Amino acid sequence: MERESFLKRYGPLILTGVLVGAAAVALTAWGNPQNMGFCIACFLRDIAGALNFQRAGFTAETGTGIVQYARPEIMGLVLGAALIALGRKEFRPKGGSSPMVRFVIAVFVMIGALVFLGCPLRMVIRIGGGDLNAVVGLVGFVLGILIGIVFLKRGFSLKRAYRQSMTEGLIFPGLMLALLVILFAAPQLLQRSVSGPGSMAAPAAAALAVALAVGAADQRSRLCMVGGIRDAVLFRDFRLISAFIAIIVTVMAGNLLVGNGLTFSFAGQPVAHSDGLWNLLGMVLVGWGSVLLGGCPLRQLILAGEGNTDSAVTVTGFIVGAAAAHNLGLASSADGIGTGPVAWAVGIGFVLFAVISVANTNQLEG
Amino acid sequence: MIDARGYSCPTPVVMVQKAVKEGAPASLEVAVDNQCSVENVKRFAQHAGYRVEVSDFEGDFKLVLTK
Repeated sequence: MERESFLKRYGPLILTGVLVGAAAVALTAWGNPQNMGFCIACFLRDIAGALNFQRAGFTAETGTGIVQYARPEIMGLVLGAALIALGRKEFRPKGGSSPMVRFVIAVFVMIGALVFLGCPLRMVIRIGGGDLNAVVGLVGFVLGILIGIVFLKRGFSLKRAYRQSMTEGLIFPGLMLALLVILFAAPQLLQRSVSGPGSMAAPAAAALAVALAVGAADQRSRLCMVGGIRDAVLFRDFRLISAFIAIIVTVMAGNLLVGNGLTFSFAGQPVAHSDGLWNLLGMVLVGWGSVLLGGCPLRQLILAGEGNTDSAVTVTGFIVGAAAAHNLGLASSADGIGTGPVAWAVGIGFVLFAVISVANTNQLEG
Repeated sequence: MIDARGYSCPTPVVMVQKAVKEGAPASLEVAVDNQCSVENVKRFAQHAGYRVEVSDFEGDFKLVLTK
């Protein structure tokens, strides 16, 4: 039996983890909100704001909300993945695997992420920044993944995807390209926060360049935050989790290196709240939902870039979920959880995931 | 043959894992439709003691697992 060398097995993933961690630290140093260098949930939420689907924290004086900006990081990730997939003939449009089920799962994954205040990637970046609330989030995330694995082992599947036309596969990357062109050529068409996290941003060209590189690296290495823990539990395969750890270590080292400091605490962490129960439950929802979707929000962006239209529908669900979370007062802020029916929303999410999980077990036909 | 085309990871690996656990077959054929699944099934199979050969299959991939 042939065995891969350590370098071949772990090298690409550890390198990608280091790249993602370094990108998060650099983007923060260049202006992105702290401990948020590269948050897929936050940035999709900001894009929902840029399109005026939500304008949380709107004030008449500023004329904008606080989380509105068409973050070029998102477009860069998708286009970086698309370009390398096209170049390597891995751009294979496919879809049709329960798209509407994926859409509603995505809506509630995003609500969970915004209750916690971050996607799995930001959770790891927050841990690397010393935010202990994110460790509570990690416990919830692992619990959610374990629940998902129970159903995977029982043959959970959202059914097969089928080949789609090139046009179908190119639409989502095309939309991202269009949004990017508007951002650079006609930014007045988009909303842009002048205060709050949405106003803090690295220069757009730099953010785009970094994201293109990360998108390409992610496409090659298949980095996935939920896949790391899932594969470690399910197959004793520790490759993906090596990237997870590499991100934490790199962010810690990077924060010390650029002088951001590293304070381990629950209180006073940037764009975070310390309501442990909701940090935990929010991430249980994210972990469980991401297993059902087959990957974390970052991975969905990369797959959408490879022409996977189910992932494109999923990302659309994330954007809708982000808008709903802010418009209905479900999203948390540094002051604590939202003022809307947070418990109802999270509770409905759990019931929905349970129904979807049970209804789709034993669906594998070889 | 296990036809795992259209399934996203980790499902193809779960299908192979189930077949290996249930029957421990001396050889097994698996069809998948993406490079990620090729790598994951290959890695799992090698770990379980199989030799793996990958070939083209109707524009997708076929993996032949043998002990």
